[in-house]
Amino acid sequence: MATTTTPAPARPTTRSPERRRRRRAGWWLPFALVAPAVLLELLIHLVPMLTGIWVSFTQLTRFFIRNWTEAPFVGLRNYQVALDLDGAVGRGLLSSFLITCAYTVIVVGVSWALGMAAAVALQRRFRGRAFFRTLFLVPYALPVYAGIVTWNFMLQRDTGVINHLLVEDLGVLDERPFWLIGGRAFVSILVVAVWRLWPFAFLMLTAGLQSVPDDVYEAAAMDGAHAFRSWWSITLPMLRPVNTVLVLVMFLWVFNDFNTPYVLFGTSQPPAGDLISFHIYNASFLTWNFGAGAAMSVLLLLFLLLVTGVYLLLVNRRSRRA
Amino acid sequence: MNRRNLAALSLVPALLVATACSGGGGDGGGSGASGGGDVTLTYWASNQGTSLDNDREVLTPVLEEFTEETGIAVDLEVIGWSDLQTRIQTAVTSGQAPDVVNIGNTWAVSLQATGAFLPFDDAAMEAIGGADKFVETALQTGGAEGTDPTSVPLYGLAYGLYYNRAMFAEAGLEPPTTWEEMVAAAQALTDPDAGVHGMALAAGSYTENNHFAFINATQNGAELFDDDGNPTFTGDGVVDGIVRYLDLMQSDDVVNPGNAQYDNASLAVADFATGKAAMILNQNNANATIEANGMTPDQYGVVPLPAPADAPSDVASHVAGINMSVFANTEHPDEALQLVAHMTSEEVQTTLGKPFSSLPVLKDAEAVFTEDAEQAEIFTQIYNERSAPLPLVPAEDQFETTVGQAMNRMFATIATGGTVTAEDVREAMQAAQDQVQASVG
Amino acid sequence: MHDTRAFQVFRAVVVTVLAVVTLLPLYVMATSSLKPLQDVRGAFSWWPTNLTLQPFVDMWTTVPLARYFLNSLVVSSAATVASLVIAIFASYAVSRYRFRGRTLFTTTVLSTQMFPGVLFLLPLFIIFVNLEQGTGVPLVGTRIGLIITYLTFSLPFSIWMLSGYLDNIPQELDEAARVDGCSPIGALLRVVLPAARPGVIAVAIYAFMTAWGEVLFASVMTTEENRTLAVGIRQYSTQTNVYWNEIMAASLVVSVPVVIGFLLLQRHFVAGLTAGAVK
Repeated sequence: MATTTTPAPARPTTRSPERRRRRRAGWWLPFALVAPAVLLELLIHLVPMLTGIWVSFTQLTRFFIRNWTEAPFVGLRNYQVALDLDGAVGRGLLSSFLITCAYTVIVVGVSWALGMAAAVALQRRFRGRAFFRTLFLVPYALPVYAGIVTWNFMLQRDTGVINHLLVEDLGVLDERPFWLIGGRAFVSILVVAVWRLWPFAFLMLTAGLQSVPDDVYEAAAMDGAHAFRSWWSITLPMLRPVNTVLVLVMFLWVFNDFNTPYVLFGTSQPPAGDLISFHIYNASFLTWNFGAGAAMSVLLLLFLLLVTGVYLLLVNRRSRRA
Repeated sequence: MNRRNLAALSLVPALLVATACSGGGGDGGGSGASGGGDVTLTYWASNQGTSLDNDREVLTPVLEEFTEETGIAVDLEVIGWSDLQTRIQTAVTSGQAPDVVNIGNTWAVSLQATGAFLPFDDAAMEAIGGADKFVETALQTGGAEGTDPTSVPLYGLAYGLYYNRAMFAEAGLEPPTTWEEMVAAAQALTDPDAGVHGMALAAGSYTENNHFAFINATQNGAELFDDDGNPTFTGDGVVDGIVRYLDLMQSDDVVNPGNAQYDNASLAVADFATGKAAMILNQNNANATIEANGMTPDQYGVVPLPAPADAPSDVASHVAGINMSVFANTEHPDEALQLVAHMTSEEVQTTLGKPFSSLPVLKDAEAVFTEDAEQAEIFTQIYNERSAPLPLVPAEDQFETTVGQAMNRMFATIATGGTVTAEDVREAMQAAQDQVQASVG
Repeated sequence: MHDTRAFQVFRAVVVTVLAVVTLLPLYVMATSSLKPLQDVRGAFSWWPTNLTLQPFVDMWTTVPLARYFLNSLVVSSAATVASLVIAIFASYAVSRYRFRGRTLFTTTVLSTQMFPGVLFLLPLFIIFVNLEQGTGVPLVGTRIGLIITYLTFSLPFSIWMLSGYLDNIPQELDEAARVDGCSPIGALLRVVLPAARPGVIAVAIYAFMTAWGEVLFASVMTTEENRTLAVGIRQYSTQTNVYWNEIMAASLVVSVPVVIGFLLLQRHFVAGLTAGAVK
């Protein structure tokens, strides 16, 4: 396993000028090889996205949807409405955005911490290690809807296992609380999302740990380093490349998460579980205002591009300095 | 100009194809139907029975009969309610539509505004047997006032107040005739320690909630939209009506707070059927669920949903039910109308009335959804005489989602220990109104 | 080296807590699927008092689960194979050649991971409809349309993962094959690919799971003909009933094959994933 910290696509280029000259005859080959991927990405992602951006400048409502190319051009109005914090639409979008930010930070953070804890705990051989390693992967392997729909069932107030556990079995609470409506819905959606995501962090970190040679630890142990100290000063730095990717991938998945609120709450989403993808979906399909929905999506995309760009910049600068 | 913008952005042949043909016809959707005839219609039916499969079983013989009579084959797809609206939207957008479709009748004007449906002008009406054959209020739901309707009634439904006969008899109560009597009876029958409540509501279902916002507001004589189609959700009558309904859980204490999570009407029905609730407000299709849960028809009675004693109107239901529309871009409009005529014929209405628990949408037809003659009569009377159509404006569907969702949230607040004052309701209605206004323009 | 006491305690706590949290939903799913509808509707009980296998029988008729299962299987498998083939070629080009537009290609492809699905859902649908009318290839309401869509969902991550993996395979290997008279493609197929097996398997698993679990596009792009499990399972909640026990039974049945497959192959998944990530 390679442990260099060069950014992803960089390759040793020492022989490449010579190679290029040699292969000039087949210059078209790499283009032919990427062509199917390019075509499909254009068809499924880029063209529809550009169309979506165009739609965001139009007033595409039920009156024009049949001939959507005729929808009146309204310039930036959809954006103004989406960003107008005095209006109901703008306020709704902002609150959804803030909820999504909190949701993302917590879900990514907790999933990472759990994944790390489990990866470290299972790093060394003990009886039952293989069993637990397998068990922990199950939530990730489960089809999304199957896992979430089960949680929906478990979180029912009067018939769910969670309240049964808290009230009848453990007696922690006297009253059966609601988990799918009101403020606690936020806790529920966090738990469900973490339950699904942490195995992925565990998987990646376990793999990363395998590349840390045992003798490094042994040397540290001889120095009398505590477990935590050796984790902090050896393990963590060694896992930097994995973490860089892991955190970014999890961030993008979680921020764009649609499945969890959609399957967990159905049509009666509580404000506390109003994640942004779901919010935009409702803004487009429930109100037939596809122009406004597209404008919100574009804003979301800009935000994600910005965050990802800044993140990669910071990470690269730090790794260059290191 | 827009076309040029689009072309400038696209740069790719795929999209040029897209713009060049957008709005084009095609009755696609169904593929490979095996009908021997020349014409195959695609028909999207809504979920009326106990499962999609059950719907198919019920409709197949009816459609086979149609094929036999006319030689027109029908390719049936039954679509669940959770998907139906999105599917219709994408069909409208793309022109990739079935020939005939069922719609929730409350969406009729909203969908009419898209221009995707064939108007039933005089000739079309004649082809399906004349406008006269339909119950008048039912036909009103077919489109905006003063226009040719773009849908005609198919299955009729109406709200009623179901009550548990044994519980009422035991407590010496009579079925209520005013809202106040209903609340008093419910309070008398509520016993939380025994797990029994006076009423069960689908308080987490925005589709149910918005219906009751409408019914209660209408009883107060309030309108939800003005004549220009602008929302007027903050009027006193609307706010009072909503408060009245919320208070069943909040101050009357006759509803289990757990009902705030009931996002499907059948959950409240199940509570009623299993003796956990003495009354429910439900449409007349509750029977199947009630019986599936072990309650027999003689154990419950039905009366119209009562209005407050001093209310200006005694409306007891909205005109609920399912309408049928023909897509304008169908290649077989005549055949599609034949199918509509068949489905709204007296014979088919009678065949389907029982399995789908629906009221006939025809003036002279008899309700067959129940064997209880009294119940059949009460529901027929509510449907024909004491129901009003939901607002017949294009933004109606947004009333349903915004106001319905707002009521979900208010019930959630109440259930989790908070209070909702009339002022809170007005604020929530203001937000809903702003949202609807934003898209009305 | 011996584990310290503190580490043993830490391990015991972490493993126990996580095992309980992981198992709870699985346990609920399994036991609820064995209860009659009446019982799942009432208060929760840890052990089914009236054990029944009826939900496993009824679930096939309440919704046409078998058809949805077949659809999911066909769509996911085909999307996986197609995504694999395309990703192998593309990542071979990215890994072995320095060509004009290479950086543009990799960054663009990766950045599509960021696109909110809701933004291009409706435009994509419209494009499909018009392509269908233009070319006669049925894309709407067919498995083909879904396959094409899903394969592109996994493509970006697959190309990135696989090119990272191929980077780790020494170029001397393909050069040796070229000396033996192989064409570049021949070298890829005969020498590089076998050496990249774990990476290929990882990509396959990823692509399959992406397609198997997708909900948003399935909810708009499927009709009765091509409906997948992700949407189909919602239909247990009907106008008259919510068949919780059948939902649980169906969830169990659709999960088992994927989970087993994943667990059998997870070793390769890890290897392939980290080769891309660590690189």
